[in-house]
Amino acid sequence: MDAQTVWLAIVAIGIGTFALRACFIELGGRFTLPAPVTQALRFLPAAVLSAIIVPAVLRGEAGSLYFGIDNPRLIASVVATLIAWKTKSVLATLAVGMGTLWILQAAL
Amino acid sequence: MNPMNETTRQDWIDGIRVMAPLLPGAIPFGMIAGVVASNAGLDALAGIGQSVVIFAGASQLASTQLIADAAPVLVVILTGLVINLRFAMYSAALAGHLAALPRGRRWLVSYLMTDQSYALSVLRYAARPEMSLAAKYAFYMGGAAVMWIVWLAATAAGYFLGNSIPASWSLDFFVPLSFLALIVPAIRDRANAAAALTGGAVAVLAWSLPFNLGLFLAAISGVAAGYAVERLMPQSRENS
Repeated sequence: MDAQTVWLAIVAIGIGTFALRACFIELGGRFTLPAPVTQALRFLPAAVLSAIIVPAVLRGEAGSLYFGIDNPRLIASVVATLIAWKTKSVLATLAVGMGTLWILQAAL
Repeated sequence: MNPMNETTRQDWIDGIRVMAPLLPGAIPFGMIAGVVASNAGLDALAGIGQSVVIFAGASQLASTQLIADAAPVLVVILTGLVINLRFAMYSAALAGHLAALPRGRRWLVSYLMTDQSYALSVLRYAARPEMSLAAKYAFYMGGAAVMWIVWLAATAAGYFLGNSIPASWSLDFFVPLSFLALIVPAIRDRANAAAALTGGAVAVLAWSLPFNLGLFLAAISGVAAGYAVERLMPQSRENS
């Protein structure tokens, strides 16, 4: 992707994000989101982030998905998930996950 | 200095003070956003500039990853925005408190909105209903401004650090890892677990669809699953 297209993406996301942040404040607090929408938005982070995580973890060298248990990214992610669940610590999750990946890549 | 300004100064300080414990959590994300941007081949202006223009961690990480994967630009933009849809919800919650500010201040409030600044302010406003508009603004801005400075500094540090690290270190793995660190502790009920599992599963099943359409299909399916579980099993709800 050339530099101009990268900037197009950054500026478009920036403007759109500002619009999302400003929308109801600019409407003067007279309007609110309908309850079902607020309820549904509560599940958006879990759904979207999971949909980004799983393919990124399973992606093999050739660009296709790879489920083998000798996939170092898969094993490192399982370990990182356990750490995140048990410790709730961002730093511990990053350190253990990355460390596991490096050890497996060196070993396999 | 008149007494009115003295009051707001204390609110600025309070805003900074309650934000302080949340800053160490933002530093690694900011650094990773910088590292990933440099590894994706973005120049320094774009890699650090996206923290100024977008100022939203998960959105920056996801769009940078898609840029590195050479996804179509429309997919990059839509993905970056879908992750930020939650800000509309925060905007609605803050509007009742801050919509009466003059336009310049309203825009600053909107631009600096983060998960942290929203959550801290809404909690504070609820606990102290007697707060004036000026006090509410000062409290919000104290925390939001310090978060902006830390985020920018962390991204810049990460960018220049990332430049000196070879690709064989697989630093792109930090993207799924940091999302795991964000989302796993946040899944506290069955409905969110259903949303995450469905989103992940559909993303895999729909992997071969063109233009990363699988991602959007997965997001919609995940939200629908979470909503359905909450409707069918309301006892699964813990908070609210």
